[in-house]
Amino acid sequence: MQHHTQTIWNDSDSAGYEPLLSERNMDTVEVDGTDLPDHLTRDSLELPELSEPELARHYTRLSQMNYGIDSGPYPLGSCTMKYNPKFTEDVASLPSAAVHPDREEDSVQGTLQIYHELQEYLGRIGGMDAVTLQPPAGAAGEFAGILVAKAYHEANDEGDHRSEVIVPTSAHGTNFASAAMAGYDVVELPENEDGRVDLEALSAAVGESTAALMLTNPNTLGLFERNIEEIATIVHDAGGLMYYDGANLNALLGRARPGDMGFDIMHYNVHKTFATPHGGGGPGAGPVGVCERLAPFLPTPQVRENDGEYELFEPDETIGKVHGAMGNWLVLLKAHAYIRRLGGDGLRDASAKAVLNANYLASQIDLEIPFEPFHHEFVASAGDRDAADFAKRMLDYGVHPPTTKWPENVTEALMTEPTEAESKATLDQLADAFAAASTDDVSELENAPRQTSAGRIDQTSAARNPRLSWQQLDDS
Amino acid sequence: MTRTDDERKGTPFAPHTDDEVEAMLEAVGVDDADELFDIDASIRFDGEFDIDAATEQTVTRELTETLARNDDAVEFLGRGHYSHHIPSLVDHISLRSEFITSYTQYQPEVTQGFLQVLFEYQSMLVELTGLEIANCSMYDASTALGEAATLADRVRSTSGSRVLVPDYLRSERRDVLENYVEGAGLTVEEVRTEEGVTTPDAIERAIDDDVVMAYLESPTTEGVIEEHLEEIGGLVDDHDAMFCLGSDPVALSLLRSPASVGVDVVIGDASVLGMPASYGMGLGLFACRKEYLRQVPGRLVGASEDADGNRAFTLTLQTREQHIRRERATSNICTNQAWVALRTSIHAASLGPSGLVSLAEQCHNLAERTATRLDEIDGVSAPVRDRHHFREFRAHVDDADAVVEALSADGFAVHAIDEGTIQLCVSDVNEHRIDELTAAFEEVLS
Repeated sequence: MQHHTQTIWNDSDSAGYEPLLSERNMDTVEVDGTDLPDHLTRDSLELPELSEPELARHYTRLSQMNYGIDSGPYPLGSCTMKYNPKFTEDVASLPSAAVHPDREEDSVQGTLQIYHELQEYLGRIGGMDAVTLQPPAGAAGEFAGILVAKAYHEANDEGDHRSEVIVPTSAHGTNFASAAMAGYDVVELPENEDGRVDLEALSAAVGESTAALMLTNPNTLGLFERNIEEIATIVHDAGGLMYYDGANLNALLGRARPGDMGFDIMHYNVHKTFATPHGGGGPGAGPVGVCERLAPFLPTPQVRENDGEYELFEPDETIGKVHGAMGNWLVLLKAHAYIRRLGGDGLRDASAKAVLNANYLASQIDLEIPFEPFHHEFVASAGDRDAADFAKRMLDYGVHPPTTKWPENVTEALMTEPTEAESKATLDQLADAFAAASTDDVSELENAPRQTSAGRIDQTSAARNPRLSWQQLDDS
Repeated sequence: MTRTDDERKGTPFAPHTDDEVEAMLEAVGVDDADELFDIDASIRFDGEFDIDAATEQTVTRELTETLARNDDAVEFLGRGHYSHHIPSLVDHISLRSEFITSYTQYQPEVTQGFLQVLFEYQSMLVELTGLEIANCSMYDASTALGEAATLADRVRSTSGSRVLVPDYLRSERRDVLENYVEGAGLTVEEVRTEEGVTTPDAIERAIDDDVVMAYLESPTTEGVIEEHLEEIGGLVDDHDAMFCLGSDPVALSLLRSPASVGVDVVIGDASVLGMPASYGMGLGLFACRKEYLRQVPGRLVGASEDADGNRAFTLTLQTREQHIRRERATSNICTNQAWVALRTSIHAASLGPSGLVSLAEQCHNLAERTATRLDEIDGVSAPVRDRHHFREFRAHVDDADAVVEALSADGFAVHAIDEGTIQLCVSDVNEHRIDELTAAFEEVLS
């Protein structure tokens, strides 16, 4: 078992110095260098004042206390953490990419061309007729997509009575929250015994109030919906729309397309499927694709091509805007570079290897996996062990653990998605970590982790006694 | 074992050798990975995407060439999207792969570094705004404004449906706000300003107990520093409405603390530190009063202790978040702008308090000085109002479009506001081109 080593530069012995930015050289600066009247300006500003060498060490040390995909495997189910190629950062750092959003269209033709090409690529990959790149994250894409659905129903004079969005119980929490933000009542749909949509329950749930069904396919158990066409027919016959959550698109690239399955709206998580770095929690980007009859409702502006020239235009019945500018442009640029690097065949191959990796890893793990056959991710059960403790113990074995305790229909769930970017040797290491944590004493699990830069962190007291800034650190 | 792309015939980012693939297929019990796809034949995709693969060298060259189609202009553009010189330290640190290739900090024991950065980011915003709580990011100023309005709707003790915004609000921000508040059943109404400044009279006329939130910006979209925030804060408070102010960390380094004039929530774009103007990619700033703690949208990092009693950090108060509270969550945000917050933190720390204050003073002085110089040119009248400015100002010309077009031919980008008004934004990144800009104006108008 090869451990991931967290390098710690530990200077805690040196005269009580604790390495928080605020604890060195807090400085108060008087404000008086302008002709502004006193009542408009502050008297002083108090922040740390450090030299560049001190800052370089501070942040380098912090980086060493952080686990990234370049540090080791990151098999977080539904999060699709795959290797991020480096050259995309160089492209995104080009000065010509850094343009102000109010530049005239004819002076930013390069940016608009790349924007347009990505719209086209994503449309073909998802089987969608029109794409907006504006939503700055997957959940923002869900919100935009549901607003498009709402505008469509309103345009058909059905806005008043189509008040419900149906979401399977095992769906991402963002689905529920996005639908609620758009003003919809959320109807939860329980799965059947196979972990898939229960057609009878669906038929009972849909009706004149149904605005849309939000579905992830393959779902969070990694299972492909067997009756997806029938599901689409049931929803469409009731006048509802089919929304596809793109979180698991990596499992389908070049094998099946949401548009062909009957989905009317989808979002893409480019920071997952197309390997743009997740940056410790963002920025991502959540482009939305729609079928032709929904294209007029997309956010404004859209980019279109006209004889090799690119221009902005406003869709006829646009919902307006979901981002102040054109979304997370640099993330989109990296996604474009990644898609182009792989090409159609590479994208297809990525899915094949991602699915092979998940199946291979599962075959090497001696835990119950209640639902099969799965695609790119599987949910194992930690059985009578606490999945969160199990995960903490895996940290000691040098790997990042899977997503834990979700979905709820698997006991002590360990939702595992290795992606295509891991070698057989790494998957074997992951399997070893699963095996070791499975056979360790429960007390070892409860006291884990021991090999990391911090021991088990008390999250209960953090929530009970919130200290959210250095100004509050002395509060108790 | 090194193989060329041609031999690899697939994604270059899967490490498998052919032998390994064979061994894995055997372990799984299939002959081909295709057998693992449990997809009905009727919806299998057999077509082509018509996207050719290319080498790293080719992709980089092509994208560089495409981006070269962008004109190389000196931007004097602002209106909510600003650039300042970014210290090299920011790129070098933020691109360390432990930072940029990590995910949300679900396992805090191996993500202490990023959590501490976000904690420090929150702390700097607490100092700059004077408010007790700052989250660790929203997408941009517009979405932060939308979240502020829905927060106001949630926390207000009595019902209400109106959100007041100033007439200078960018249409893009208003558009986003309207989409955010529609689900909550709120409506957005405009307050008229006088010569770019909001008066207490105008607020008094517009406000009643049906108002849940009043929003202003300082500096405004036009670069004007609002002068009556304290009186307005009192009026808003009298009606139990939330007072929300849009600003940014550089301006806040100079201006009176929002909390001290009655502001309940500060939103804005914090990427003015740490990011160039990246076609509008931003970092939504969000800070608010402690009373709203359980209703704050977005993620919060808190301090705690580890098993050995050492200080440690963790995402906290997650019971507000969508993965636990689902449709009752305080927002749907999952992925946010954490890496941009990291860059903003490094930039702010590089400047330190003295650097931040100097930069802010420079932003004020440069706007006034540049306006004065342009005002001396025949055919330009600036500043158009006798107000205090920050970074930017408006100027009258006879034919704004013609002036903008002529300046563009000289390599300068400025805003055309209407037929006779332009707007210019000056900071440390374009200060050294002011002489040339002034000369270009003289040429254009002669």
